[in-house]
Amino acid sequence: MDLESLTHTSGEWLRGTGPDSDIVISSRIRLARNLAEFPFPNRADDSVRSDVESLLRGKFDGLHLAKPLDYVNVGSLAQLDRQFLVERQLISREHADSHGSRGVGISREENVSLMINEEDHLRIQVLRSGFALDECWREIDRIDDAIESQVTYAFSEQLGYLTACPTNAGTGIRVSVMVHLPALVITKEIQKVFQALQKISLAVRGLYGEGSQAMGDFYQISNQVTLGQSEQQIITRLQEVVPNIIGYERRVRNTLVKNNRASLHDQISRAYGILKNAMTITSQETMQLLSSVRMGINLGLIDDLEIPTVNELFIHTQPAHLQKIRHEHLESAQRNTARASYLRQRLTHRENERN
Amino acid sequence: MKKCSKCAKSATLHITEIRKGVVQEVHLCESCAQQYLSATTPSEDEDIELEEEAGNEAERELSDIDQLVCPSCGISFREFRSQGRLGCPHDYIAFEKELLPLLENIHGATQHTGKFPKRAPDASQRQYQLIKLRSELKQAIEEEAYEQASRLRDQIQQIEKAGGE
Repeated sequence: MDLESLTHTSGEWLRGTGPDSDIVISSRIRLARNLAEFPFPNRADDSVRSDVESLLRGKFDGLHLAKPLDYVNVGSLAQLDRQFLVERQLISREHADSHGSRGVGISREENVSLMINEEDHLRIQVLRSGFALDECWREIDRIDDAIESQVTYAFSEQLGYLTACPTNAGTGIRVSVMVHLPALVITKEIQKVFQALQKISLAVRGLYGEGSQAMGDFYQISNQVTLGQSEQQIITRLQEVVPNIIGYERRVRNTLVKNNRASLHDQISRAYGILKNAMTITSQETMQLLSSVRMGINLGLIDDLEIPTVNELFIHTQPAHLQKIRHEHLESAQRNTARASYLRQRLTHRENERN
Repeated sequence: MKKCSKCAKSATLHITEIRKGVVQEVHLCESCAQQYLSATTPSEDEDIELEEEAGNEAERELSDIDQLVCPSCGISFREFRSQGRLGCPHDYIAFEKELLPLLENIHGATQHTGKFPKRAPDASQRQYQLIKLRSELKQAIEEEAYEQASRLRDQIQQIEKAGGE
């Protein structure tokens, strides 16, 4: 796979369509699976790891996907390229930072990724734009069946699919929905959401999963319990809970517009103005301002910019993306300059197109 | 994320203890932290010594468990405790006695009710289907979804009949 070509595109899950896509960026399901006859990756030596890799990789052709997966040998990638795949959500940080034989099969649309030798032998991930968990499940269930028909998964009747970490045992499923909640953050109502979710054993994480900070007001809401409930029960749980959060965010947005329209409009326009004009800007500030702009578009306060562009900018202004786009290694200060220039070009270019 | 130093959950509380000028960091999950905090409210030196003795005893028990080794991959329970990752699928059998309470603690359950590999033998498939339907039935009754409950009951009876149970 040619990673360079990816710098001009973005994953289909960022296209900003699908149900509730003003607030739900994407839906994601992943399954953790292991081969019965091998030690887990952290306990496997190099030769075992490479056996597992070639065995699993060989099964990807039998998946009968619309188009075959592109395979990337992550073990032989430079650090920057690994970071690039993390930023696109195609591999996890753990997979990027790990060692030895490992790789990932990626669909053209970047909706499907199959990681080999992550924490488990196989991590299957399916992503969709908007709130579309049923679609994710149908696809991932089919892929899982197709692989299972060719290998023997580690499975016990009592404990289900056996995983390297007991927190994933059972279904091995993580169902997560990425939501954009700027209004709840501004009004500090977000704390109530966290507390309510914690009580019902749902986890809240930042944009890049475990341990990552909530950047740009993005939150991933996901199940924690994987044993004792069926996949459908877990999915249904999220399908019941997430609409409440969407409704809450919408209500707070409407109240903000009703009570503080002038100051909200000002804040959003200033954010847009900085993004279009800054000469140097950090990743963190970019995320924060893009978050304001994204909400502004949804509230009709900005009308010359589209959601898919903003979604894409969140990813393309990350450090590894900037360096890939510029084809050069950039230190932090240089990145801030390059980021500002990239933003100016992307945001003012659109205006010129229209004029 | 750091693991709890008493079990394999993620540590959410990070406690810095200063006792007699000695600084010690402890990382705990929420439930272990509650136990820890209610167990250690030192007021006088005497209390501390008593607690330390009790602590040592618990530690000795823990160290016996730590010595357990999986015959298949060679990982010790101690290694698992410190890394939070098991070594191979067989560990779930080798450390069953220690893992079941842990799984109960994490998930509130110790019986899988989800997907089942299609290649498993018919008999266990059927067994499995029953476990799953019974769990759904229980939930339907709890939610007072009686129509669904009666449908599930019929399904369970059919499978039981087919299996000659």
